[in-house]
Amino acid sequence: MSQRTVVIASRVGLHARPASLFTQAVAASGAQVTIGEPGGPTMDASSILMVMALGIGHGEEVVLESEDEGVLDQLVSLLETDLDAE
Amino acid sequence: MSEQSGILQGVGVGRGAVWGPVATVRPAPAVPDNEPVPADPAAAKEKVLAAFSDVAAGLLAQAKEARATVADVLKATAQMADDSALRTQTLQRIDKGEPPLHALVAVIDSFAVMFTAAGGYLAERVTDLNSVRDRVVARYLGLPEPGVPPLEWPSIIVAPDLSPADTAALDLDKVLGIVIEQGGPTGHTAIIAGQLGLPCVVRATGASTLVDGDIIAIDAANGTVTLDPDGATRAAVETRRARLATLAEATGDGATADGHGVALLANIGTAEDAERLTDAAVEGVGLFRTEVLFLGAATAPTEDDQAAVYARALSAMGGRKVVLRTLDAGADKPLAFVTQPGEENPALGVRGFRLVRHAEGLIRTQLEAIARAAKQTGSNPWVMAPMIAIVEEARQFAAMAREAGIQTIGVMVEVPAAALRAKDILAEVDFVSLGTNDLAQYTMATDRLLGSLVDLLDAWQPAVLDLVAATAAAGVETGKPVGVCGESASDPIMALLLTGLGITSLSMSPSAVPAVRFALSKHSLETCRAIGVAARKAPTAAEARAAALALVDPQVREVLALG
Repeated sequence: MSQRTVVIASRVGLHARPASLFTQAVAASGAQVTIGEPGGPTMDASSILMVMALGIGHGEEVVLESEDEGVLDQLVSLLETDLDAE
Repeated sequence: MSEQSGILQGVGVGRGAVWGPVATVRPAPAVPDNEPVPADPAAAKEKVLAAFSDVAAGLLAQAKEARATVADVLKATAQMADDSALRTQTLQRIDKGEPPLHALVAVIDSFAVMFTAAGGYLAERVTDLNSVRDRVVARYLGLPEPGVPPLEWPSIIVAPDLSPADTAALDLDKVLGIVIEQGGPTGHTAIIAGQLGLPCVVRATGASTLVDGDIIAIDAANGTVTLDPDGATRAAVETRRARLATLAEATGDGATADGHGVALLANIGTAEDAERLTDAAVEGVGLFRTEVLFLGAATAPTEDDQAAVYARALSAMGGRKVVLRTLDAGADKPLAFVTQPGEENPALGVRGFRLVRHAEGLIRTQLEAIARAAKQTGSNPWVMAPMIAIVEEARQFAAMAREAGIQTIGVMVEVPAAALRAKDILAEVDFVSLGTNDLAQYTMATDRLLGSLVDLLDAWQPAVLDLVAATAAAGVETGKPVGVCGESASDPIMALLLTGLGITSLSMSPSAVPAVRFALSKHSLETCRAIGVAARKAPTAAEARAAALALVDPQVREVLALG
């Protein structure tokens, strides 16, 4: 199991559109991915409700875990982008 | 009708009035208390899963038909209905022997508790969660979808509140108006009603006592809902509807009763907005917020991409005036590729034209793109820079714009420093435009985004009026145009005052233009000046507005329901 720590770039945090794009990317990858705050419980990263409920704000860290290194790299670069286009 | 005739008081949205029959939104289906544990849990689970999928698919189908603003919300709600955790947890509970709908409600409630506890944006999403729950329950029970029923005749929609999905489902040809018991004047339902031009009253306490077929009259200007309106009330509503409709038909250029011209312009954010204005009765665009192109982009759009967008907007306006504002990033509109992280106080930081300090190339590229679009379309757009505080900034921008080949160059006056020294600023440029929202924010030291301080942000605040007057006076003295492109331009009383101060153009959302055009046409320039004098003598915002209103023509007050 590999881990990546990433800082949320989206201004609104991991909510709304950014959360939607992120969870869709996880679901589309087909990989099992979990997300959580460092040291906190891990959640299914494909669930928008779980991801939103984490309440991750802009500039906060999250830890992603998966067997699939490629998927992790892709998700990290997604979270490092400001996804809020509104 | 379940109560005696009377009047419900709420908060109106817009100025419209209408009367007609009530159509209540179908309530959420109740989950039966004695719901049995299914004999065949596997079949029950399949049925629940099918209900989730059907609801998600239905919402996505609605999103395809919906306007862009609501489509996004519908897609987000569909994604909730499709959520993996929601499904997994519901199925787990059924496996443990819970009745299926109770399982679903329990899972949704657990998310709702988490979201409510988090507050803010998440708490607002609880409405969407509940909407998913109600739809899935209805689907499972084989009941009609909760929400707005198909309307047989034109009706006034009455509901506790409308979810975005409900509003998307409205058959607009048959909706006369909207009354909701909850919500607020800045809430979703109010915003949508405003966009659609529907008379709307929110926070109408007692609206839940209305039943299908009741006849009501709603008056958005006064925020009232009249049950069983008598003949006189119906006639008054009809008169106001007819008058407002007549206002919307007027297409002439903005001018006072004695023919003093004040250009009525539209605020836009995209080339599509400009294309929607092709047939609109506006004299042009007073504010093209170009940052919309940049927001959400990971890198700056290329000169080619920008030129194409600007050319589309310019050709859509077909020779009418277009004022482009260069990139206004920073503060509440950060850009991934230029905004510097770690500013303690971004509203007072590197935003607007201040970006030139570390991203000059970005502004130069934009100016080149505008100049190219201008050449290509044979038009002469006006171009202005945001957030100018000092003369040197205006001078620097003017030099950059001239180098790029822009002919008419201006700056925004949003910072009190620029308003106080507007004459010096105007010596450097061809025109200025007042951004009254930011000017109020910086004059009153009040965050624009802080709803709890909204009274301080009032454009009627005497200090804000003083700065607007100082800027207008500098324009009159130098003979150069001074426009207003903030919210205040859309207030008909304020529009008269601004005209009296010497403002030469008013830019606003297109739907606000008819009322302003009408108000202007009924007052002479001299009256407008008197309004300016009276308002500026007042020591408070409320007294300033009252003093102005006292000089407004009684017919205008009545038609626009100005109170």
